Amino acid sequence: MTHTSAQVSYLDDGHTLRSWLLTTDHKRIAILYIVAITFFFFAGGFAAFLIRYNLISPKGLIGSAETYNRLFSMHGILMVWFFLVPAVPVTLGNFLAPLMLGARDLAFPRLNLLSWYLFMAAGVVALYAVVGGGVDTGWTFYTPLTSFYSQGHVVAAVAAIFIAGFSSIATGLNFIVSIHKLRAPGMTWYKMPVFLWSLYATSVILVLATPVLAMTLLLLVFERLFGIGVFDPAIGGDPLLFQHLFWFYSHPAVYVMILPGFGVISEIIPAFSRKELFGYKFVVWASIAIAVIGFLVWGHHMFVAGASLYSALVFSLLSYMVAVPSAIKVFNWIGTMHNGYIRFDAPMLYAIGFIGLFATGGLTGLFLAALAADVHLTQTYFVVAHFHYVMVGGMVSAYFAGLHFWWPKMTGRLYPEMWGRAGAIIIFVGFNLTFFPQFLLGYLGMPRRYFAYPQHFEALNLLSSGGALILAVGYLLPLGYLTWSLFYGARASANPWGATGLEWTTPSPPPTENFAVTPIVTKAPYQYRRAEAVER
Amino acid sequence: MNDAAAQEFQFGSAEHQRETAISGIWLFLASEALFFGPIFLAWIFARHADPTAFDAGSRQTELMIGLTNTALLIASSFAYSVGLGYIGFGSRRGMAIWLAIAWLLGAAFIGLKFGVEWQMDFKKGLFPGPAFAIHGPARNGAQLFFAFYFFATALHGLHLVVGLGLVAWIIFRAERYTAERHSPVHVVGLYWSFIDIIWLILFPLIYLTGRAS
Amino acid sequence: MNGYAPSVTVEGREIDFLILALTLVSCAVLALVFALILLYMVRYRAESGVTRGAPGRKTWRFEISWTAATLAVFFVLFIWGGNLYVRLFQPPADALQIYVVGKQWMWKVEHQGGQREINALHIPINRPIQLVMTSEDVIHDFSVPAFRIKHDVLPGRYQSLWFQVETPGTFELFCTQLCGVGHYSMTGEVVAMSQPEFETWLAGGAAPGEREDMATAGKALFAARGCSGCHGEGGVGGSSATTGVSAPALAGLFGRLVRLQTGATVTADERFIRDCILTPDKAPIAGYPRIMPSFSGQISEEDVLRLIAYIKSLRSGSRT
Repeated sequence: MTHTSAQVSYLDDGHTLRSWLLTTDHKRIAILYIVAITFFFFAGGFAAFLIRYNLISPKGLIGSAETYNRLFSMHGILMVWFFLVPAVPVTLGNFLAPLMLGARDLAFPRLNLLSWYLFMAAGVVALYAVVGGGVDTGWTFYTPLTSFYSQGHVVAAVAAIFIAGFSSIATGLNFIVSIHKLRAPGMTWYKMPVFLWSLYATSVILVLATPVLAMTLLLLVFERLFGIGVFDPAIGGDPLLFQHLFWFYSHPAVYVMILPGFGVISEIIPAFSRKELFGYKFVVWASIAIAVIGFLVWGHHMFVAGASLYSALVFSLLSYMVAVPSAIKVFNWIGTMHNGYIRFDAPMLYAIGFIGLFATGGLTGLFLAALAADVHLTQTYFVVAHFHYVMVGGMVSAYFAGLHFWWPKMTGRLYPEMWGRAGAIIIFVGFNLTFFPQFLLGYLGMPRRYFAYPQHFEALNLLSSGGALILAVGYLLPLGYLTWSLFYGARASANPWGATGLEWTTPSPPPTENFAVTPIVTKAPYQYRRAEAVER
Repeated sequence: MNDAAAQEFQFGSAEHQRETAISGIWLFLASEALFFGPIFLAWIFARHADPTAFDAGSRQTELMIGLTNTALLIASSFAYSVGLGYIGFGSRRGMAIWLAIAWLLGAAFIGLKFGVEWQMDFKKGLFPGPAFAIHGPARNGAQLFFAFYFFATALHGLHLVVGLGLVAWIIFRAERYTAERHSPVHVVGLYWSFIDIIWLILFPLIYLTGRAS
Repeated sequence: MNGYAPSVTVEGREIDFLILALTLVSCAVLALVFALILLYMVRYRAESGVTRGAPGRKTWRFEISWTAATLAVFFVLFIWGGNLYVRLFQPPADALQIYVVGKQWMWKVEHQGGQREINALHIPINRPIQLVMTSEDVIHDFSVPAFRIKHDVLPGRYQSLWFQVETPGTFELFCTQLCGVGHYSMTGEVVAMSQPEFETWLAGGAAPGEREDMATAGKALFAARGCSGCHGEGGVGGSSATTGVSAPALAGLFGRLVRLQTGATVTADERFIRDCILTPDKAPIAGYPRIMPSFSGQISEEDVLRLIAYIKSLRSGSRT
């Protein structure tokens, strides 16, 4: 794999389909992933749109509870495993990790390509399950409903998640080894950008938690196929064991979803405040603390499920502990803005929106960690609103922030700035209109996953569905103008934001080998000179 | 692993690439350990719920085959280590011979486990389901045991089959390895030993705990 | 009807108070976060000429202060929520017990007097009510938002939920654990009424002569299922002299400590009796041979509850 033409842009290094589908270049693989997850995001989003459509009327508008159950199950499965978990690591992470490290590629480029193929295979199986009629179990697959009673394509859906899990493990493993082994000369651990630390923490969770889910799902499939299994209460198995194992993965998985978002925001806030990140070491160790404590809080999904009262106390305390590092991060981002020279380009608007929405999502998490309050609020729309504030308001905003921030680097084109800002604001407004009413619905007692509901919940549901319409426009807008910019956007310079970080020292788009000469790192990250002139 | 260059272009040296490959496999094995973890945990948990019946199932297993298989796997790992030692001295032939021995021992395990032991279990009607042969109060717990038994041994067997493929791949490519450059041999060896370790946990769970009580 | 109803239980109002406190804390933090962001957005915008001051190098004082403040607030909330939660799930000893069985997609309720209802639960006010709940198929969840309470209902075990309602009224009942296609329709109502009204309600419906209370129905099952063959008429216990086999006495069993063959002792509660009927081999009783057959799969959840009601009604030495 010798490259004589060192400075050819990675986009121009071969134009055949084969040169894309058999590439081992981390940047091209990132682009392949962007195409794939954009598809899944809009597929899952379409399901969400139909869900909100159905809930406009208390009687349900789509006519069939079975269809409704399949829609929300599909929405959950696609969004969790085919968008939120992979979103930032496989796209921005894949593209940027070697660039930020000052490396030419990840440690195992072919494994990286394999993980894309596994992801695509998983996606095809998932789509087969959807087209074949879908599943009606929710994304949580609780037994014995899933193993003995459900009518849908459970085995196909579970197989899809199983395969996607291997893709996650391969990606996580690649990042951990690359961060350990491929840092440029001089890049000590504390000179790494926070984005890399976040990827590292994320990867640890991916590598250590995903296999537990994989095994749990295998046990579930065994039970369904043979009609007998280890979660079956009829022969002395325990359905709660499934929940313990499932949440042992799925709670850390929510940190897989949000930690890379923290990383993105920690890059963007300093860049647009022209200031060093406030409390770098605290932000870094907060990520690690979240990854570690995040493994010990799964029981807070089961406060009313029938586990012991005293284990609930322990899980409640630990859940409060895991919220502390997140609070630290929020304060540090605000501290970074203090005394800065703040500019309001689209990535910064998304990032500021992220802080507000994530803070709201995080604080409502405190309600659910307070045991007695959880008894009333859990399994209602309050929970739905809470995790959408963190996952959609937080994570999707962070993904969009990062996508806009590094778009010039990835494509060599500038996106239209005014459209970008408009998109950020529309998404913020639409999001709050959609999900804030759901907090109230939840407090009033409206249960999740109801196809039809009592009349008195109608007004708030209508408001929520109206908000969803605005949100949909907000998400379609970037799809339009970002695609437009690929062809008509102005050419980007190597460093249009005047940002620090090794990825900005190489041309936009970068050459296949990333760096003509291996960079040598001497400075800590985020050494912004105040108010320096920025050329776009 | 690429013949044209001394190492892949993201590495500074061949040594750098070797170290990276070894770190990768260790991390992969950590992931694998957590893959098997839930079975062991659930196994112990399920036995705790109804030990008498669970152990009644366990006593129906074929201890002699289990013992033989354990010996086969340990011997196989030993053979692989000898092979790894040979390539360290630069002897491709020695490596190939010992790896072939390791392969044959692993294949014997598969044959004995699935060709003989499973067949005996099926004949005795030990596969869980309506036709399950154990009746009386222990029926449920024993079915639970055999659900674990078939699930875990199948999964372990699958890992072993993948391992056989990898060992065969190393043997066919033996010409490429030298005393200095043989990290794939090392990587596969770590995986091969890992399968062994999983069996060393499964063996007492399957054959011994039920008989000991 | 906008859906808001103040809680009608004491514990529910305590939960509301906790939620109010959480809301106030959240609003205070959010106000701080948004105010600072907006302030900095205006004051430190790139075009602004305001003096920025020297860059602060020492950040750890801030870090320690806000970490400590966060921890302190969190700890208070944890203690508050935890304390209330433990009280929420400890039923008083004198609670009126009502049995609930969930199945796809209905709630089946049986009172001790044998009155049965579907998707409805009638209760007296000002009296602690304890529900003993199980499921015939998948996991359900019994949730009454007006009481601010819910609990999952699992197959193969008993869950308990208690509350004491202060005001009469009709309250919504939801299943809040996804249980299949009809999940949304697994709703009902809880009707709280004064004690006299409740008694009138209990006496209504089928004529008293036609309706068996749960213990009486359990007594008939006790004979029909052959329990009395070993445990003796009225559950007095069996020996080789009386019934031909040695079997433990069941009269006065409920609530007593029982020694197992493993040496452990357990309290004979509903769950224990249920396990003894369905999986007798799981926890064999000390001093008796293991000859009890398993009734797993041969007896409905409701019949198990009736047998338990009967066994609970047997006092030591009495022959009902």
